[in-house]
Amino acid sequence: MILKGRARVFGDDVNTDYIIAARHRSQTTDLKDLVQHIMEDIRPGFYESVRPGDIITGGHNFGCGSSREHAPYLLKEAGIGCIVAASFARIFYRNCINLGLPAVICDTAEIAEGDQLKVDLDEGVLYNLTQGWERKTGRLPQIMQKILREGGVLNYISRHGDFEVKGS
Amino acid sequence: MGKTLAEKVLARAGGEKEVSPGQIIEAEVDLAMTHDNNGPVMINQFNRLPGAKVWNPDRVVVIIDHHSPATSFRAAENHRTLRKFAAKHELKHFFDCGEGVSHVILRQKGFVKPGMVMVGSDSHSVAGGALGAFATGIGATEMAAVLARGKLWLRVPETVKITLHGRLPVGVMARDVALFLLGQFGPDGLDYKAVEVHGSGIKGWDIEERAALCTMGVEMGTKAMMVPADEVTLVYAGVAQDLGYVPDLDAQYERDLQYDLGGLAPMVSKPFLPTNAVPVGEVLGTRIDQGVIGSCAGGSLPDLEIAARILEGKQVRKGVRLIITPSSKENWIRADEKGLLKILKQAGAVVSSPACGACGGYEIGCLAPGEVCISTTTRNMPGRMGPGGEVYLASAATVAASALAGEIVDPRPYLNERPAWVS
Repeated sequence: MILKGRARVFGDDVNTDYIIAARHRSQTTDLKDLVQHIMEDIRPGFYESVRPGDIITGGHNFGCGSSREHAPYLLKEAGIGCIVAASFARIFYRNCINLGLPAVICDTAEIAEGDQLKVDLDEGVLYNLTQGWERKTGRLPQIMQKILREGGVLNYISRHGDFEVKGS
Repeated sequence: MGKTLAEKVLARAGGEKEVSPGQIIEAEVDLAMTHDNNGPVMINQFNRLPGAKVWNPDRVVVIIDHHSPATSFRAAENHRTLRKFAAKHELKHFFDCGEGVSHVILRQKGFVKPGMVMVGSDSHSVAGGALGAFATGIGATEMAAVLARGKLWLRVPETVKITLHGRLPVGVMARDVALFLLGQFGPDGLDYKAVEVHGSGIKGWDIEERAALCTMGVEMGTKAMMVPADEVTLVYAGVAQDLGYVPDLDAQYERDLQYDLGGLAPMVSKPFLPTNAVPVGEVLGTRIDQGVIGSCAGGSLPDLEIAARILEGKQVRKGVRLIITPSSKENWIRADEKGLLKILKQAGAVVSSPACGACGGYEIGCLAPGEVCISTTTRNMPGRMGPGGEVYLASAATVAASALAGEIVDPRPYLNERPAWVS
């Protein structure tokens, strides 16, 4: 899989309450309403500014906090194509893969807001097309790549019935 | 080469002779739990799977704890969705409003056993490690897949061994040890790691105290925080010792760390991260509007006992609200039998029914902007109990003493006298 998009730069410890604040979750179940509030406490107007395929970059521990899936789900719903971060909180990372939102571990230092990025999931390389450099990324295990290609774990199970973990 | 407890449990669950860190395995799930917060999303996703059936209704536990009793119309609808799902799939292990917090029910009702692989659609599912289970949190969509298949893929984590030596001073609790360790590692210091807790420091701790420690492990990123089974575990779980419940003597750890509990002071985590832990001396005099004793990491019988010991015959400071939420019906009943609830209520506490209570800041015990709370709950991120509110995390002793003073205080001077009823 190859993904291209604009960098949307965030820092360390972006927690799931920043991605979507609890106060909105308790007010509405309508995802069309909820999605408008993503990142609003730390980046007002973020939702309106998203272009399909935008790539969020983060520092360490991206997605820490609650295990609620609204956070990765709404980012995907808003049009985010991929998240690249120095490290992810464990459950958030799993949720991304299982919902079909690519999450890639890579040093994100020096990436500037708006840089054109290209992520090659198969080769494990992040290209900064604006600044003209490339970096190796953490490689996703085979099983996770397969889940991503199918668009999430439920699609995967629906189509294949079961996993083939051995040898991956 | 010897294996850690997490490696042994995952090898067994994955049907492998042995496993090593970094390996991806497919683990059979021994126990799966969902609750009213993530359960409805899980059910939506489960229903997307064609002809999906629950793989083993006897291994699934559904619990209403987050918005309980129904705190809003929406919560009531979600509860009804869960009840219907449980009935349709003949899930016998269904705990409705008032039974308590899911993680506490799972151990007190005997669902969690040493050596298990347990998953819950809640990050604090790591609590099961108190009994030596590999217990971890997953998302709602993945839980739908687990319910359909009874399996999930797991990366075998590296294990960090933490040995706790010495004896806690009076007035310093397991919860203080949890906050101390969070402060040592930071919010992602143990991300993806399994942690094994050893040492003379925890030998005398009961399962509730061990759970107070393990539950908070997720706030530093741990995938599982496990206490290898000892006599206390085996008696509690009603099982005989087994080589699968303990690590090999020559197990290989990523790190092997030692801490002495003898000199530990009560700890307080300042806003806005559970890992912002400092000795209580650094925040003395911080004015508070509310105190909370409850949640999966508070509200246990030892917590209620020490609170009653501190509050007996005294009054919560005027202008301060003290909310006490026993973490399970069993804890409520035992506290009532011991006369603790009466003591707490006479001191001015609001005692509410067993549930997650104020922890999530849903509809119970919320803060107004600018208000300050000291709490035994699990998290203190911005807005956790309401936009603009500030939460300090501490032990039940520190919360109770601070509620008397109207500001954060050191609980130790409040424990000089030992009432006759204290065992």
